Amino acid sequence: MNYRDDPAALGALVRDAEVHRDVYTDPGVFTLEMERLFAHTWIYVGHDSQVPKVGDYFGTTIGAQPVLMVRHDDETVHVLYNRCPHKGTRITTETCGNTGRFFRCPYHAWSFRTDGSPAALPLPSGYQNEAFVVSQAAQGLTPVRHVQNYRGFVFAKMSDAGPGFADYFGDSLSSIDNMVDRSPAGRLEVAGGVLRYMHNCNWKMLVENQTDTCHPMVAHMSSAGTAIDLWKQAGEQNPKPMAVEIYAPFMSPYEFYEKMGIRTWDNGHGHTGVHHSIHSNYSAVPGYFDQMVAAYGEARAKAILDENRHNTIYFPNLMVKGPIQLLRLFKPLAVDRTLVESWTFRLVDAPDFLLERTLVYNRLINAPTSVVGHDDVEMYERAQEGLKANGNQWVSLHRLFEPGEAAVSVDNGTTERQMRNQYRAWARYMAVAP
Amino acid sequence: MITRDDLIAFVYHEARLLDEQRFDEWLDLFAPDGRYWMPLEYGQTDRRLIASLMDDDLFLLRLRVERLKGNRTYSQKPRSRCHHLLQQPQIDGFDAESGHYRVWTAMHYVETRQDQQDLYAAWATHDLTTVDGALRIRMKRVDLVNCDAAFGSIQLFL
Repeated sequence: MNYRDDPAALGALVRDAEVHRDVYTDPGVFTLEMERLFAHTWIYVGHDSQVPKVGDYFGTTIGAQPVLMVRHDDETVHVLYNRCPHKGTRITTETCGNTGRFFRCPYHAWSFRTDGSPAALPLPSGYQNEAFVVSQAAQGLTPVRHVQNYRGFVFAKMSDAGPGFADYFGDSLSSIDNMVDRSPAGRLEVAGGVLRYMHNCNWKMLVENQTDTCHPMVAHMSSAGTAIDLWKQAGEQNPKPMAVEIYAPFMSPYEFYEKMGIRTWDNGHGHTGVHHSIHSNYSAVPGYFDQMVAAYGEARAKAILDENRHNTIYFPNLMVKGPIQLLRLFKPLAVDRTLVESWTFRLVDAPDFLLERTLVYNRLINAPTSVVGHDDVEMYERAQEGLKANGNQWVSLHRLFEPGEAAVSVDNGTTERQMRNQYRAWARYMAVAP
Repeated sequence: MITRDDLIAFVYHEARLLDEQRFDEWLDLFAPDGRYWMPLEYGQTDRRLIASLMDDDLFLLRLRVERLKGNRTYSQKPRSRCHHLLQQPQIDGFDAESGHYRVWTAMHYVETRQDQQDLYAAWATHDLTTVDGALRIRMKRVDLVNCDAAFGSIQLFL
């Protein structure tokens, strides 16, 4: 099927409450996702604490595009395509570092200011021809046009098409707000290193899993269930080991997840844990509440800490866990290959123990060595294989479906409404030709 | 009386228990406060505020072993197998008086499942002690050569 030239066929991949398997398996659809979905929407690039000083840079990708994020002279964060305008050489030498006032290409020493504008090149007399002067090469490093730094979270939109930042995210930014507000200083810093886990499956399976509340007690029985069993066998010692505190809520019954609630916003954003979540009952950290009260006053501090949103999806490929300051980025590499990066944050001026617990969570749940992660990957990779079956070519998103459902809602926590919400946005942004 | 040969034999024996999937016997090699640590960063020193790939106490190691036995352990249907190829272990510390021993071993580790075979290169550092006269692991540190690379699932033990 040539979806590029057949908008009707592309549109027909998404129905009200099911999607065609080609959205997960067709390389042509994946290419269109990179060209359209990842260009017309706001994609998370990185956190500005990764580039604290002028000249600091960080190399990453937006969809399939190599980009770098850099702190310019005027302290603003710029996002540039990560290739020399001359021969295409990647400009960053390390994943992150400091380039000083200029990027200098290691191939032919063309150099650029940190906003991408050209600074100098050797033997300039050879470039006085008109063809060069009007070429893209003469313009320097090509910037990504639309960049927004929201409370430290840097997003970029590659295309001029698509909505502005505030329209795109709307009220969903409240989840980032809550994560940042949990710092008495109102600031986060990336800390503790990034866990990188390779998956042989389509990136959207991971995004859907983030608000799939009917899988933990099934797929994770072998890990979370065993953790509870071992703790009971050991006589339920107190205080509960941190690992048990983290694993045990995964085995909560369906009712717990039904009552936790799911909220959806327009443009594919949404979150689980409207009323409570698996993070609600972590033990208190000595001194932290007092710091929060000192910073915000008691009522506001309580309001911030009472919010226990579980997973917030920033469509298309970012998930944020406000209560534990953790972020997962689902980087699409190919139609059947996804790199998952799990990043953690320090709450500035809060006790180190909060970061320590977040790091334990990240290791126990998101590492390539995680017994929780193992069973998730197994499900995705089995699905990637199973979807080849021609006998049934549709993936079901029917749970608690109601015809004509609105984008913005709060619903039963086991609904697949957020998955449907994502696909409505997917269809919208895939329909726009570049 | 612990000898240098005992230390070397201990490391070889440990690898064999893992290769033969005798995990309960393997757990018995750990001291009650023993740990298994696989750093995320090259040359990592901080286990608390820097993430690790693994940083298991005996509770978490036992959780892994018990999970492998489970009937609903889907990522182990079918099961993985593993193979350790060790260089001769080298003794970096030998203090019979305090009962502290350190052994360093370069290794290649292969983990397989179905048609997939993954090769990892690593250095293992065993900090050993004696419990009731028998050698036991206080800390097994496994430094992957490419610890900061993106990995697929690593399901058994290096």
